[in-house]
Amino acid sequence: MSKKSLLARNNDLANTKRQIEVLSNGQFANGELPTFAKKIAATNQFPLRPKKLEILQINMGYMCNQVCAHCHVDAGPDRKEIMTKKTMQECLNVIKKTGAHTLDLTGGAPEMNPNFRWFVEEAAKLGINDFIVRSNLTIIRANKKFHDLPEFFKKHTIHVVSSMPHWTRGKTDKQRGDGVFDKSIQALQELNAVGYGIPGSDLKLDLVYNPSGAFLPGNQKALENDFKKALREEFNINFNSLFAITNLPISRFLDYLIASENYEDYMYALVEAYNPEAVKNVMCTNTLSVSWDGWLFDCDFNQMLNLKVASKVNHISVYNEKLLQNRNIIINQHCYGCTAGAGSSCQGVVA
Amino acid sequence: MSKTYYNPADLRKFGNITEWSEELGNKFFEYYGKVFEEGALTAREKSLIALAVAHTEQCPYCIDAYTKDGLQRGITKEEMMEAVHVGAAIKSGATLVHGVQMMNKVNKLEM
Repeated sequence: MSKKSLLARNNDLANTKRQIEVLSNGQFANGELPTFAKKIAATNQFPLRPKKLEILQINMGYMCNQVCAHCHVDAGPDRKEIMTKKTMQECLNVIKKTGAHTLDLTGGAPEMNPNFRWFVEEAAKLGINDFIVRSNLTIIRANKKFHDLPEFFKKHTIHVVSSMPHWTRGKTDKQRGDGVFDKSIQALQELNAVGYGIPGSDLKLDLVYNPSGAFLPGNQKALENDFKKALREEFNINFNSLFAITNLPISRFLDYLIASENYEDYMYALVEAYNPEAVKNVMCTNTLSVSWDGWLFDCDFNQMLNLKVASKVNHISVYNEKLLQNRNIIINQHCYGCTAGAGSSCQGVVA
Repeated sequence: MSKTYYNPADLRKFGNITEWSEELGNKFFEYYGKVFEEGALTAREKSLIALAVAHTEQCPYCIDAYTKDGLQRGITKEEMMEAVHVGAAIKSGATLVHGVQMMNKVNKLEM
């Protein structure tokens, strides 16, 4: 597994325009498979429009201590894009007045932003209903300065959402890097120790499962049961819910699909599993994504493809919720990833 | 292009068998779908049985399909390989148990 981002490797796919070319060509250009626009038009769901805004998702930066093989952010230690305090202040101004009930901090490893704790403290003062931090778990063990994160999260009643691709060491380390499994288990035990994920506790700990390869996630509830059983029996670990998330064919996962000659079959599988019911609740209809430098996107995936919202208001500094809600959502073939089977979002299945 | 009896892309066309015999084809797929639903056995257990039988039937389409199905369900490769051994054990057992027939015949024919 590479220890560098696509960007650092000067990989062709680090160019987002090249990714969009790939997604538009091949089976979709020759008509073998319908484009996403055509597919949703068939069920009168084109253009895709936002519903009530519920979730503000803020990307604190692309720096990460891990270099996961499937990462759609192309995150890693070599990525230097980090949200500044000025942009954080602009975000806080928006959080004060937004109608969204959930704030969702992501990255990279959001904790690696030097102003992360300041931002969490300031945002927590604003009384958010559900305050999520997407933590990769190993960050807690990565350096002494992060060892107290479980206590910090607890202090601000942060809802912790963490990635855990499998309950076995082999599958986890293959996707996320050597040693990730053991560190993740230790971090989960530490979160449990301060009350996270314990039945009856109000400290929520959810896990995210991504398939470790060119296949779709199975039934979310069945996977949750398997994870719960295995983690409890082997490691005495408790958690609340498991979100099964489909890997979208962009960035490093797209690079993997192409290199392993799985791309065509994977796109075919996504299109075959298309579910119009999932389109109704796809996350871009209730979420806005903010990049480390303040630009606004329909979702984190569009952010990574640099597809900004189709609105005059496309930056946090000029945020206007009413104007933003009156927009068409930008779609492309990667969107099939959110509408396959029971659907997929940062909150798991949607149908 | 090399010509082979099996083409991986043909698996996608499985549904097309209904085109030349609609009623029977539809009945088959309805039955097939029902069989793999959660029942007295879990869908996970059924997936592993299907994988073992796919091997004893030596059906490349079924092997592809149920390997992928297993991965989607979080079934580990160790579990998959054990299932294949179950199939192999029954196959070899079925061969070897006929050895008794051979022994019976020898005992009958020999003085």
